[in-house]
Amino acid sequence: MTATQVRHTTHAAVKPKKAALSEGKRAERKLGWLLCAPAAIVMVAVTAYPILYSFWLSLQRYDLKFPDEREFIGLTNYVTVLSDGYWWTAFGVTMLITVVSVAVELVLGMGLALIMHRTIIGRGLVRTSALIPYGIVTVVAAFSWRYAWTPGTGYLANAVASDGAPLTERASSLAIIILAEIWKTTPFMALLLMAGLALVPDDLLKAASMDGATWWQRFTKVMLPVMKPAILVALLFRTLDALRVFDNIYVLTNGANETSSVSMIAYNNLMKGLNLGIGSTMSVLIFLTVAIIAFIFVKLFGTAAPGSSDDGRR
Amino acid sequence: MAAIDTRPAAKVKWGLLDLIVVVFALVPVLWIMSLSFKTTATLTDGNFIPRDWTFDNYKLIFQTDQFVRALINSIGIALISTVIAVVLGTMAAYAISRLDFPGKTLLVGVSLLIAMFPQVSLVTPLFNIERNTGLFDTWAGLILPYITFALPLAIYTLSAFFKQIPWDLEKAAKMDGATQGEAFRKVIAPLAAPGVFTTAILVFIFCWNDFLFAISLTSTERSRTVPVALSFFTGASQFEDPTGAISAAAVVITIPIILFVLFFQRRIVAGLTSGAVKG
Repeated sequence: MTATQVRHTTHAAVKPKKAALSEGKRAERKLGWLLCAPAAIVMVAVTAYPILYSFWLSLQRYDLKFPDEREFIGLTNYVTVLSDGYWWTAFGVTMLITVVSVAVELVLGMGLALIMHRTIIGRGLVRTSALIPYGIVTVVAAFSWRYAWTPGTGYLANAVASDGAPLTERASSLAIIILAEIWKTTPFMALLLMAGLALVPDDLLKAASMDGATWWQRFTKVMLPVMKPAILVALLFRTLDALRVFDNIYVLTNGANETSSVSMIAYNNLMKGLNLGIGSTMSVLIFLTVAIIAFIFVKLFGTAAPGSSDDGRR
Repeated sequence: MAAIDTRPAAKVKWGLLDLIVVVFALVPVLWIMSLSFKTTATLTDGNFIPRDWTFDNYKLIFQTDQFVRALINSIGIALISTVIAVVLGTMAAYAISRLDFPGKTLLVGVSLLIAMFPQVSLVTPLFNIERNTGLFDTWAGLILPYITFALPLAIYTLSAFFKQIPWDLEKAAKMDGATQGEAFRKVIAPLAAPGVFTTAILVFIFCWNDFLFAISLTSTERSRTVPVALSFFTGASQFEDPTGAISAAAVVITIPIILFVLFFQRRIVAGLTSGAVKG
């Protein structure tokens, strides 16, 4: 609804100006640039410059422990990282966490969105509760899960895994990391999906229901198609966000038992290894991975992706 | 809305579903609160509700410089970042939603790219850049990346809000002789205030939450924020289990979030949903 309104207003506002003059137009342009410049400069200075710098560093042997041995070595760092088992293990762990958590979140998030949108009692209470995982500091939540799964201390460890410590084994550690991720980010997914739910016309649902459609048919045939753009936005944002997983792993296992994500090993390499060349190589590789995934999303789903102009968003 | 089913059976069904959501959302928070109130002796008994209640953990952390300093850092850094990001974001969002100028689409595209940017990719280069420029381990060293990553959020949310403002008022003001700048300050700014406030909450939560930059770009108490300080807690002495202290500190930094959520639930939901879909 807003989109159409906006288009009408811009239309009305822009048309006469165009016909009228070039001076006002120029002033408008100037003001536009002036207003956007600070934001644009900060964003580019703090991301584009470092990533280019990172690419430059990745072509060098540059270890802060041996600063004198700094030299240009071409793509050697890339060969080193890409032929390293740790990198691929971390890559696999990151992908596993991303795929499983985003898939589960999509289902749970849809359920939560339906509840938040349609519940007939306690809507405020449900929405308020759901915002808590979204807002809470990830590290705080991670500590809560860690203590919950610590034998002796934790209610979950004592109840579910009476023998052994779940956070000391790989499979259960990964499961707990994924659980923590899902708990924290399902509400965000649900909110994005709820925005899509709000676009489903009630008349359409009513009509479908009169025609004898079951709840499931109404969901898959009426709601899902209307919600498709919202679902894709939610999936894209959550996927890219999940690929960054760091806080939960840091607190829950600190990467023990091969549970490191790519963010973890990039961080460890910097802090423990002080190897800027290798660290930068990982930075560039992670950046490329994310760029490729984002590109695939946008290509596959075309105009439905966020960022396309209002006109593309049908 | 389609016919709302208000039969008792439906109420019970929704009530149960609501209950599941509330329990799911609150249990981890209640658990860390419970831990923070447990005495050292009962800390490891595994009971969900403390048997012995105590405030000792809170007293302890507020006596340590480590925590108090980190709390000051967290508050200061998050507030400053929020103010700057919201001011810059408001300017940009106003231009995007109101003005016609070449490069607009580019700016929207750039902010979208940054929203998707893998932050860890910046850790190594920023570490080195900040070391060389003296920004490492300072407030400014954290504020810069926070502003950067908060800006896309701010620009998107604010543009969505701005698109709902009745802009005819601005035109009317301009007809009465106000310049574009005056129209912005006197007419639009008051109307935009709720959206700006909501955005500020979202940005604050984002900055308050950060761990990756905070742990990579700081090295001392000078600029360490609470999430990082938490992970370095050792308790009063080295031999003491820090669980109680960590839990208490965790609860303290959860308080602002809970207050925001309790008082501004509607705004937060509106902010997150509008920015996402109408973009």
